Amino acid sequence: MSSEPKKEAVEKKPEDSKPTNDKTTEKPAATKPAPKKAPPKEEPELPAFEKGIADKIIENFGEKTTISFVKPDRVGIKVGREAVHDVAEFARDVLNYDHVDSVSGVDYPADKEIEVVYHLSSYTDPTLTRQILELATRAQREDKPIPGNDATKLPSLRDIFYSVEFHEREVFEMLGVYFEGHPDNRRLLLPEDWADLPPLRKDFRNKGR
Amino acid sequence: MSTPTLPPGLAIQKADERIMTLNVGPQHPGSGHMRIIVQIDGDYIVACDPDPGYVHRGEEKMAEYRNYVLNVPHLERPVIHDSCNVLYPYVLGAEELLGLEVTERAKYIRVIASELNRCVYTMYWLAIYGIFLGHSTMFMWPAGDRELLIDLLEKMTGARVTHSYFIPGGIRNDLPANFEDVCLRQVNYFEKRIKEYADVFYENPILISRTEKTGVLTRENAIRLGTTGSVLRASGVDYDVRKKEPYDVYDELDFETNVMKSGDSYARSRIPWLDMMESCRIIRDALQKMPKSGSVRVKLKPNPKGEIGSVYKRVESGRGALGCYIVSDKKPEPYRVKLSVPSFRNLIALPHLLIGEKLGNMPSTYWSLNYWPVEADR
Repeated sequence: MSSEPKKEAVEKKPEDSKPTNDKTTEKPAATKPAPKKAPPKEEPELPAFEKGIADKIIENFGEKTTISFVKPDRVGIKVGREAVHDVAEFARDVLNYDHVDSVSGVDYPADKEIEVVYHLSSYTDPTLTRQILELATRAQREDKPIPGNDATKLPSLRDIFYSVEFHEREVFEMLGVYFEGHPDNRRLLLPEDWADLPPLRKDFRNKGR
Repeated sequence: MSTPTLPPGLAIQKADERIMTLNVGPQHPGSGHMRIIVQIDGDYIVACDPDPGYVHRGEEKMAEYRNYVLNVPHLERPVIHDSCNVLYPYVLGAEELLGLEVTERAKYIRVIASELNRCVYTMYWLAIYGIFLGHSTMFMWPAGDRELLIDLLEKMTGARVTHSYFIPGGIRNDLPANFEDVCLRQVNYFEKRIKEYADVFYENPILISRTEKTGVLTRENAIRLGTTGSVLRASGVDYDVRKKEPYDVYDELDFETNVMKSGDSYARSRIPWLDMMESCRIIRDALQKMPKSGSVRVKLKPNPKGEIGSVYKRVESGRGALGCYIVSDKKPEPYRVKLSVPSFRNLIALPHLLIGEKLGNMPSTYWSLNYWPVEADR
């Protein structure tokens, strides 16, 4: 019912409702800014510096990488699993990213894939202090996982970024992605005798929900 | 590791007659809710294997079942003393996904709440740090002075520790009447009090002799290991998210970051204390610059749906940079929420600090990491 127009109101607010709505008046905001907020605004907004980072990676690795997004201070790159090691090395040696902020595993059962997302950041390069480079790579997903002994494998980045050590151990236990070349793949947070599915997979259901 | 039937750390490894394996924790009060497996040769630590996970609660999994607003109360549980800061990146990310614009006054109030929370957390940590170094006064004083700020937060939010104060779109409720005056008075007194800690603790020759030049983390290692927060800044890297990637209104406020070069336990324990003084400065500045009236939250529609995409937001918490990665697939619940917590990131440094140290330096080194087991496990 009335939730439909409201939804648009909330989503469109950030663009140009700042001067008008201090008092969360939604309905006038919904009707007014809708025509103003036009899609062409998106195109020139691509930040130059971030675009440069993305272009450098695309130039060097070509079809193995695709840009998933370029936003202010954030660059997202999708990398094939065979190239992720090289791209990470390039990011460290050429682009000056020096550590990994976070490594997240995301399960996509519909695609039969598990995505591992590395968020790279830099302490030493003053031009990169605000930047986060997001490297996403995907591993094959098994319906009946045998963590460590199935096809769900990715090359480890631990020899490039030492800081991924515990993060990759966590992704292995939580999603069953085995990192080849990681020197220590023991469980970290889960009990040693955990015998269920890796718990962050989507097919692991919270009991009672 | 040698006998696969036994979990690591329980297996008896006789590499050498002299080497002994010790399990510190998880019941040992000196380690918090975690276990550190250390091997010692006489008095010196030769191997160290941190084993977290005793308070793992699956916050990230829980977040996939609750909508963007219902996630607020449980995602602050990893560090209840620092609940505003733990929640902060999630709220910022949810606002970007839901397309919400926060009002100026709400931004200032958030900054005040998160700085108060930073002090509350740091005081709690300082109390534990003090008692594990055998300094009872340093347990009593911070535990008592912390109450000043808890009272302020209680006035603001209605709860002493778990505030659930930040919500996507602003904050839950406006400040009570006359809050600014009370806040200013208490924060000024608080600052005066923590300056007195110098005489009893930070300039105390016993503390200095116990922590100086122990557990040294070099600048190169601090960067390579991806440490963050006070650990990083104690090793000479000037990186504070509030300065480097200001969120909300931090770019309009006047404050400095504290950096020390030595990288030892003393520097790591001193940095949070210095940070508290900067927090007081930020609070005073924010109280002055804050708009005196105005709405503090955007009205949310029921069960708001996030736009398809992902965000990665980070803030500076009491322990260091705290990142939150949210993936949304146009459902009321986030598809995936990942908290990249500073405790987890700093834990990797523990073996590097302890190996080669005397066993007696372990408590001071461990607690100087500003490590919160519950946060690391999530």
